[in-house]
Amino acid sequence: MQTPLLPRWGLAAAGVLAVAGVVLAPLVTDTFALLAFTVYLVMAMLALSLAFIWGFGGILCFGQAAFFGLGAYAYAIGAINFGPGAGALLLAIAVPAAFAALLGYFMFYGRISDVYLGVITLAVTLILFNLANSTSGPQYHIGQALLGGFNGIPSIPTLTLPGQDAPLEPEGLFRLVGLLLIVAYVGLRWLLRTRFGQVVVAVRENERRAELLGYDARLHKLAVFAIGGAIAGLAGCLYANWGAFVNPGVFGLAQSAQIIIWVIVGGRGTLIGPMIGCVAIQWMVTALGGQETVDTGLVLGVVLALFVMLIPRGIAPTVAGWFSRTQKAGQP
Amino acid sequence: MDLAAIFSLEVVGAIATLVLMSIGLAVVFGMMKIINLAHGEFMMLGGYVAILATNRLGISIWISMLVLAPLVVGLFGVLVERLLVRHLYGRMIDTMLATWGLSLALVGLATMVFGNTTVGISSPLAGFAVGSYQTSGYTLFVIAVAVAVLAGLWLLFRFTDLGLCARASMQNAAMAAALGANPGRIYTLTFGLGAALSGLGGAVLAPVTGIIPTIGASYIAKAFITVIGGGSSVITGSLAASSLFGTVSQAVTFAATPVLGEVALLAAAIVLIRLLPQGITGRFFKRSI
Repeated sequence: MQTPLLPRWGLAAAGVLAVAGVVLAPLVTDTFALLAFTVYLVMAMLALSLAFIWGFGGILCFGQAAFFGLGAYAYAIGAINFGPGAGALLLAIAVPAAFAALLGYFMFYGRISDVYLGVITLAVTLILFNLANSTSGPQYHIGQALLGGFNGIPSIPTLTLPGQDAPLEPEGLFRLVGLLLIVAYVGLRWLLRTRFGQVVVAVRENERRAELLGYDARLHKLAVFAIGGAIAGLAGCLYANWGAFVNPGVFGLAQSAQIIIWVIVGGRGTLIGPMIGCVAIQWMVTALGGQETVDTGLVLGVVLALFVMLIPRGIAPTVAGWFSRTQKAGQP
Repeated sequence: MDLAAIFSLEVVGAIATLVLMSIGLAVVFGMMKIINLAHGEFMMLGGYVAILATNRLGISIWISMLVLAPLVVGLFGVLVERLLVRHLYGRMIDTMLATWGLSLALVGLATMVFGNTTVGISSPLAGFAVGSYQTSGYTLFVIAVAVAVLAGLWLLFRFTDLGLCARASMQNAAMAAALGANPGRIYTLTFGLGAALSGLGGAVLAPVTGIIPTIGASYIAKAFITVIGGGSSVITGSLAASSLFGTVSQAVTFAATPVLGEVALLAAAIVLIRLLPQGITGRFFKRSI
């Protein structure tokens, strides 16, 4: 058992600090920075979803963007058809979760593993991209919502919280995203401490051994995949809220690649690492976007290759390793 | 009758295109159990070499396409194997991720060097008519190149010492090494060969599609799927999977739209992998090359 970095009271303090930060940040930042932070946090939630399925479930999903995009489209279609309330939000979680469960049933009960999982999830993402791309024209609509093909769906109504009439302002959206991210993170950490979570990790470590001990590996993987899909869908919904617009790019190869890079850089096998990796990479991409000498893709690619070769564990586990070593060295 | 002839030609053309798209990846996967996700970018490089050598240096299109592109990309492949892939043997997922990084970097580099515009070259062969239908003569050339590549690979694997060593390392690398083959050198040569074939494929397909730094993305998924669908036998596998996927996508394209043809190809791949997780040659034709 690895020694935790912080004692219990330290974790509680970190939690209080995080909540306070999320609630108070809009008071001290201007709207432009706030919008930038919001999208960082949305992407961090997407990174969290893959951190859970890949880092703990051991399922290499090349198509996490599929669930993200489905969440975004489901919210957009729901919000346009029956109002931007809790219904649309739930739809944006339920549709990707159900889709992930279906796909997971197909894959895990077919005993498909590693590279083949990668192929299938990548192919699914590309199918969705192609389909969403080919829906331009008035005949492609779901209820009131025109799908819009390559141009996507513009002017999506922003979420209205239950009991309120006005849609969320940027400040409110930031707080909502921040709080939901904290809830998702704490929820996953709690889930991993339960019996279910222990079995999930056991399956990742050795699927056959877990099955010989009497656990249904397929069912556990399916559940992990569906939960990850639900969180990615929620991130997609918040993304659609942030930009009030969604296009087939959410399913693109570039989007899928980025999510993988966040997790690699941050560290597989942790929940916090990929979120840190995501914010760091997103910040770097934004900073690089401001200049025109070096291409962003070039830097991202070199970062990915270097991390795989030199720091395969990622930032968070490596740093945690240093700490636990110094702690152990300090003990008699 | 004419329509049937045209349709068959289009189907065979689609199969040949898939073969050219995937054979470089298939050689590397079949022999080294490595998925090179920078494969699409190797094809992109091949396309640039062919087009730029012809447009800027005035070299004959045939020479730059059939000789220069495979040579340059093959040497680049050897370099990549020495610097990157060599350190990750036995770590399949990590190799995939590292080569994906390489692919992003190459796209970025190509964008900086060549700019984000499509460069093209006119097809060097004229069209011809079958009855009342017009078709492209270049399709016939693509088919011919695909057949030549498959035949050449078969001869190489079947009748040369290198092919024997390569097949031995494919089956059991440790045993082959114990018997005096040098797996390190074989792997370098194999990766170079795979890269050269990717370059050739990219160059031959360049007049059809034009070349842009991001073109690799449209190749890689289909190549990846074809190779995995084919299984571990290089030649039989890629021929079988290309035939299946090419026929499906072309038939749907004919009946509906090209977009649905692509979707049908991907869906067919998913169903195939679900039914045959080891690919076609993992189940049938196990002993073929």
